[in-house]
Amino acid sequence: MSDVYAVSAAPHIKQRISVSSVMWQVVLALTPALLAGIFFFGIQSLLLTLYAVVAAVCTEAIIQMLRKVPVTISDGSAVVTGMLIAFNINSASPWWLPVVGAVFAIAIGKQIFGGLGFNIFNPALLGRAFMVASWPTLMTAGWTATKPLSKIFESSINGLNVQLANMPEVITSATPLGVVKALRDTTQVSRDMAETVLNNLSSTDTIQNLFWGNVGGVIGEVSAAALLIGATYLACKHIIEWRIPISYIGTVFVLTYIFGGINGLFSASILLPFFHIFAGGLILGAFFMATDMVTSPVTKKGRIIFGIGCGILTVVIRLVGGYPEGVSYSILLMNIAVPLIDKYSLPRIFGEVKK
Amino acid sequence: MGLKTFPGGIHPHDSKHFSKNKVIEEMPLPGKVIIPLSQHIGAPAKPVVKIGDEVLAGQMIAEAGGFVSIPMHASISGKVTRIGKFSHPTGTMSEAIEITGDGQDKWIKLADETNYMDLSAEELKSRIAAAGICGMGGAGFPTHVKLSPPADKPIDTIILNGVECEPYLTADYRIMLEQAEDIIAGLKILMKVVNAKKGIVGIEENKPDAIKHFKKLFKNEPNLKVVGCKLKYPQGAEKQLIFAATNRAVPNKGGLPMAVGVVVQNVGTAIAVYEAVRYKKPLVERVITVSGKIIKNPKNIKARVGTLYADLVEFCGGTTEEIGKVISGGPMMGFAIPTLETPMTKGSSGLVLFNKKEAHKDEEHTCLRCARCVDICPMNLVPSLIANNVRYEDFEMAEKYGVLDCIKCGSCSYVCPSHIKLIQWIDIGKLKISEKRAKK
Repeated sequence: MSDVYAVSAAPHIKQRISVSSVMWQVVLALTPALLAGIFFFGIQSLLLTLYAVVAAVCTEAIIQMLRKVPVTISDGSAVVTGMLIAFNINSASPWWLPVVGAVFAIAIGKQIFGGLGFNIFNPALLGRAFMVASWPTLMTAGWTATKPLSKIFESSINGLNVQLANMPEVITSATPLGVVKALRDTTQVSRDMAETVLNNLSSTDTIQNLFWGNVGGVIGEVSAAALLIGATYLACKHIIEWRIPISYIGTVFVLTYIFGGINGLFSASILLPFFHIFAGGLILGAFFMATDMVTSPVTKKGRIIFGIGCGILTVVIRLVGGYPEGVSYSILLMNIAVPLIDKYSLPRIFGEVKK
Repeated sequence: MGLKTFPGGIHPHDSKHFSKNKVIEEMPLPGKVIIPLSQHIGAPAKPVVKIGDEVLAGQMIAEAGGFVSIPMHASISGKVTRIGKFSHPTGTMSEAIEITGDGQDKWIKLADETNYMDLSAEELKSRIAAAGICGMGGAGFPTHVKLSPPADKPIDTIILNGVECEPYLTADYRIMLEQAEDIIAGLKILMKVVNAKKGIVGIEENKPDAIKHFKKLFKNEPNLKVVGCKLKYPQGAEKQLIFAATNRAVPNKGGLPMAVGVVVQNVGTAIAVYEAVRYKKPLVERVITVSGKIIKNPKNIKARVGTLYADLVEFCGGTTEEIGKVISGGPMMGFAIPTLETPMTKGSSGLVLFNKKEAHKDEEHTCLRCARCVDICPMNLVPSLIANNVRYEDFEMAEKYGVLDCIKCGSCSYVCPSHIKLIQWIDIGKLKISEKRAKK
């Protein structure tokens, strides 16, 4: 008489969350930054993003079919990778650049390791590194400036028209971090002069423009404000957690304040750290790439170590390395260290007696 | 009022609205009861009756199988009709005694000693042991064993657990509102047995009227207090409640509450203790919540131990939809069982029925390393790592990562976006490790 019912292990209720809901929420959180990219650089930004997304999704589907595993393109993870690839190029790039980058990111960055959850490196960052290594000029030079940009730089450097002609490599840099790099490296002007230009560059005006997005750069990094809207959403939904971004950005802040000046320790203005935070890819990297769950530590302590490590590497690359920007390389380098960090940062079990 | 809590934890919907305003109803005598010999942690009880014997309600039908064990008593009067394997609320088959009722409800002779507080601690404890009392919150640890700490572990505090953090369950809530005086009497007995100076009742903030009620009753009791706890699962887990109430952390690696001078008992257990001491009444009935969206009239029912779940469901008017899952206990830690022809035991705090949709199981995905499980683990473990080690049969590493410290609250499985059955893997790990130890 009695029916037999299905059994399963506890718990029998489940939070309404899934891999695809997590990934699509990341897509949603990246949308404000994409809109900002379209606003500042034109419809070309949207097209490039679409190329990257389509390439990423197709690559994932084809490889999964070849591997004879379930095709999981609907989970949104390839869409996230595609968007991040496009966010790392400038809006004047040729159509094939994001396509090649996305194919590489999915094929070599993700599927070769076994797909989502098994990859060691953030796929999008690996794709970016590949593009930078293969087409360095396309990736770093000739970046499109937003229209008001030239004016900002003019006003920043205004009053110092002395010897400007002697610093062609400074004024031809299209991005703020490029300017900083050129200033640090220049031998054509005195260090004092460079310092003055640097301080003028990191004015509240510039920082405001960096924050809202009025500077040259790649599609997705242009507006810190738009990125922060998305990041806040993800933090509220507990999809990203504060430890990595805060320790990362905090480290960059402290280190650039101490070492950022050209004339020795603490020689920079207090505004320079803010400049370093809002210029370049730090906001995008700290909130959307370093926090990539697959490639960051699982332990709480480990996440702070990871963030600090990323911060140190970023500042080292920006201030003394060969590139103006170091966010993506520092995250990739720290990705390698994740298993080690996890191993040595296991939490103390509740009630564990101190030895 | 400063609410107390513990680190970690989750916020599932408490689903208590189905039954929380339902006054406890007494269930009519069932036609038969099935009394499992193992309703507790420890050795099973040994039958002292045989088929055909006539028994009275309250009569001992199985004696304790050792010190860490409890006796079982007939919960109705009638005839022993079967002794054998029956479905058990933990989802297994286990040895039990079936009694077919005579409908008379004839009881053994009970006492009524109003001066019971004059009894010695030893006498109080032996009455508790004789009544067959075990923890009524779920785990079912024999109460007299908990009350027998070694001499070098003095107990200063008794905590009564009225947190009831499992969704759906409201049995403890109802007894706190309806039988608070009995609970307090039980608390005082427990305090006397172990010579504890302080008594605490821990209640979660979603039961403000229960908190208020106890506060009022404790007005002139300087040694007793209510601790309001934050609404967070698993606030009612023993170690988490102790931390919230006393700020003491029970040592890991098998440490017991007595190591920090505390004994925790469920509020229902306190009533059983009171009745055992004053009336010499064995534990043969308890309050159980029968709830779920598909239960016609969800209820809090006072029913005899051994009553079949099928009878309880019928008493609630049956179901409105096809049953998808039968959960013995709450939905976080309870057991899904294959049949309603299963008896309730001394530890049965709830019976929750799900429809087909609620019983839906999601497919498992590979771990994203999102660390949501790490962030909420109330024991501060890394569940994903432990589960992985068990999956690849590296039990040594699983043990090193603290698999044995897991309290199996299920929070990690609850939050996992990959729908990984973390608790199932952890359970397998615990089992394998204890098997290995047994071999040695």
